Amino acid sequence: MSFTRRFAAHPGALIGLLLLAAVLFIAAFAGLLYPGDPWQSVGPPLLPPGGDPLYPLGTDLLGRDIAAGLAHGARVSLLIGVISTMAAVLVGVVLGAIAGFFGGWVDDLLMRFTEFFQTIPAFAMAVVLVAIFTPSITSITGAIAIVSWPPVARLVRAEFMSLKSREFVQAAVTLGQRPLRIMFSQILPNTMSPIIVTASLMVATAILTESSLSFLGLGDRNMMSWGYMIGAARTMLREAWWLSVFPGVAILLTVIAINLIGEGLNDAVNPHLRGRKD
Amino acid sequence: MLQRIRSACAVAMAVALSVTPLSAQETPQPGGALNMIVQPEPPILMVGLNTQGPTLYAGGQIYQSLLTYGKDLEPLPLLAKSWDVSEDGLTYTFTLQDNVKWHDGQPMTADDVVFTGDKFLREAHPRWRLIANTYVESITAPDPQTVVFKLSKPFSAFIYSFELSSFPIIPKHIYEGTDYRTNPANQNPIGTGPFMLKEWKRGQYIHLVKNPDYWKPGLPYLDELYFRVIPDSASRAIAFEQGTVDILRGGDVEGFEVRRLTGMPDVENSVEGWEMYSPVVFLEMNLKTPPFEKKEVRQAVMHVLDRNFIVQTIMFGIGQPADGPFAATTKYHTDDVPQYPYDIEKAKELIAASGVNPGDYTIRLMGLPYGSQWDRLAEYVKQQLEQLGFNITIQAVDPGGWSQAMSDFNFDLAFNFTYQYGDPAQGVARHYLSSNIVKGTPYGNNVSYENPAVDQLFAEAASSTDPDEVAAKYAEVQQILVDDVAMAWLFDMQNVTLWRPKVRNLIRTGIGLNESMDEVWISK
Repeated sequence: MSFTRRFAAHPGALIGLLLLAAVLFIAAFAGLLYPGDPWQSVGPPLLPPGGDPLYPLGTDLLGRDIAAGLAHGARVSLLIGVISTMAAVLVGVVLGAIAGFFGGWVDDLLMRFTEFFQTIPAFAMAVVLVAIFTPSITSITGAIAIVSWPPVARLVRAEFMSLKSREFVQAAVTLGQRPLRIMFSQILPNTMSPIIVTASLMVATAILTESSLSFLGLGDRNMMSWGYMIGAARTMLREAWWLSVFPGVAILLTVIAINLIGEGLNDAVNPHLRGRKD
Repeated sequence: MLQRIRSACAVAMAVALSVTPLSAQETPQPGGALNMIVQPEPPILMVGLNTQGPTLYAGGQIYQSLLTYGKDLEPLPLLAKSWDVSEDGLTYTFTLQDNVKWHDGQPMTADDVVFTGDKFLREAHPRWRLIANTYVESITAPDPQTVVFKLSKPFSAFIYSFELSSFPIIPKHIYEGTDYRTNPANQNPIGTGPFMLKEWKRGQYIHLVKNPDYWKPGLPYLDELYFRVIPDSASRAIAFEQGTVDILRGGDVEGFEVRRLTGMPDVENSVEGWEMYSPVVFLEMNLKTPPFEKKEVRQAVMHVLDRNFIVQTIMFGIGQPADGPFAATTKYHTDDVPQYPYDIEKAKELIAASGVNPGDYTIRLMGLPYGSQWDRLAEYVKQQLEQLGFNITIQAVDPGGWSQAMSDFNFDLAFNFTYQYGDPAQGVARHYLSSNIVKGTPYGNNVSYENPAVDQLFAEAASSTDPDEVAAKYAEVQQILVDDVAMAWLFDMQNVTLWRPKVRNLIRTGIGLNESMDEVWISK
């Protein structure tokens, strides 16, 4: 049974894929769907949804279009989610691979370093980092990457430790392959499945972290993001619910979509489950 | 003309006539406890060492000043029962009230006033230090009831230097010869006010009780005051709705909550009681940063900001669009200044005339870290200036970061607001005098505005003893400053006080709730 069929056999994963495709479409074409700056006032302030067909989701306190904010916010959320995850995976894979492959004092040193990060609550550390480096899209992406690489490093290390004693690795050693080549051409390809599954779930966590930071006022003040929209409107929940409910739904759907896809990937690539449905 | 002797009874009559008819007809009922919110919790209650809003609010019940000021900004007696200004404007003689005692039973005398002005505040109070070092030659006490201030040169605004936040009277017998900042009495304040500190439960409330030996016989009416600490804005509104607190003052709750609460039955509201402070909100444009050294660019900024929209939408209608540096509620304010109506086309023309290409500039805009309304204001200014073609980045700062950047002149555009203290020489001139381009405070001439004509007019107005001449000089200053757009004045802040109708006689003077609440009473 092929990977695609195994993945497609998972109805949740398909729904997730459709949702994410929709979000990606909106993010990609935000500039065409809603040309212009989402920060610009376009209509009367605090227009409720449905009040004007031009602004189906209503407008905020300054008369900015909520729908335009959502579309442009999708870009920021996905961008931060994907880039911070890529950075975290890169760091995690390199450190985990070195620790797992070489073992001994190198392993000890790198794992104590990893544990140092793991002992600090991830979100608290992200808040501190963003506050120190002043909120900007770079500092937020960096902070999320810094707090999310340790689990990847742990995972990769464990995989490397179990794989390095396998015969095909020993064969490569006997053939005289250099450690770096063994790590990246022999072992790493065999650890890809768990890394991909973990990374897909990390994207969802990163989007949530970015939203939480923006909610607390630690977002990039020049980028429209979903968390910012909720944070700015939360005190007015009783007066204008639509300001916070729509971006909240957007976050919810995107995170669910990514989680469903992650589940589907897990089922599709996990060798232990392969025989289950065949 | 300036030689005026006021007797306490004449002014007392004037006060009695100016109170609202409702309370004038009723006999005050003694007793009861008044519940308020102090937001945020003050670090200390010692008004001489800290003049932030929360300290003045609670500390104003414990400490008193020589004078207070009416809603029309006329000086009124407090610890001084009368005063006399010499013809040449150089000698101010204050006669103190009889039988004033400190909370520890010691009599308050002219020695305490001399100590306050000559020693304590000169060391601990930047605003008084500046006045004292510039104008005051000597402070003497010829007898225990009389204090004489001799000035080295006339200063028309000197009579406005004796308000609670500028000149609270400090007990000499407790502070003399000690380190003021570490004196244990800072935690256990001793004043002359109608209420004394009973208990301060940090994070919960400050509890004041009636001073039985208060110098006004039969007063205060109230037995107890509670200043409650409620850190969350929504919870403060609920506390008022549920009756846990009887009063909300400006800043206690967000603007849209004020709008909702004023619409409720059994809630009184007023914007009075801030006349002495009259804060004006402005956008400071650093004149040392291109392109703001160009007058046309600054004028374009004025044209592109819709000050009516700012007040009506962002501030929920609480405030008055500003047309210049002097608050409309203060003396010497004139409407006769160049006007900058909201007009984007005009703004674009001015930018074109200035020869500036806005796309070449990336400008930092520093917001005020005081909550969501200020965030919206920054976003609005950003979007309006971007319509002119500028690139604007908003800097998110905390109060410490804001103060530091302002004090170091490290900003392009920044919001600020300051109190005016009754007279332009006290609260306005400091922003425009070239001699005040001094780093180290957010409240000086931080935009580096330099204009010898303005310097001279402010100096002449401050030292003149002829009110008509003063008014003419100040009118001219306003015209020059507004034509130059030394800053983009946005709006005169209004602070709405909300209270339950059972609280009577609450706002009596131009310092509002900071005034001693000796005549406030609760109807049963």
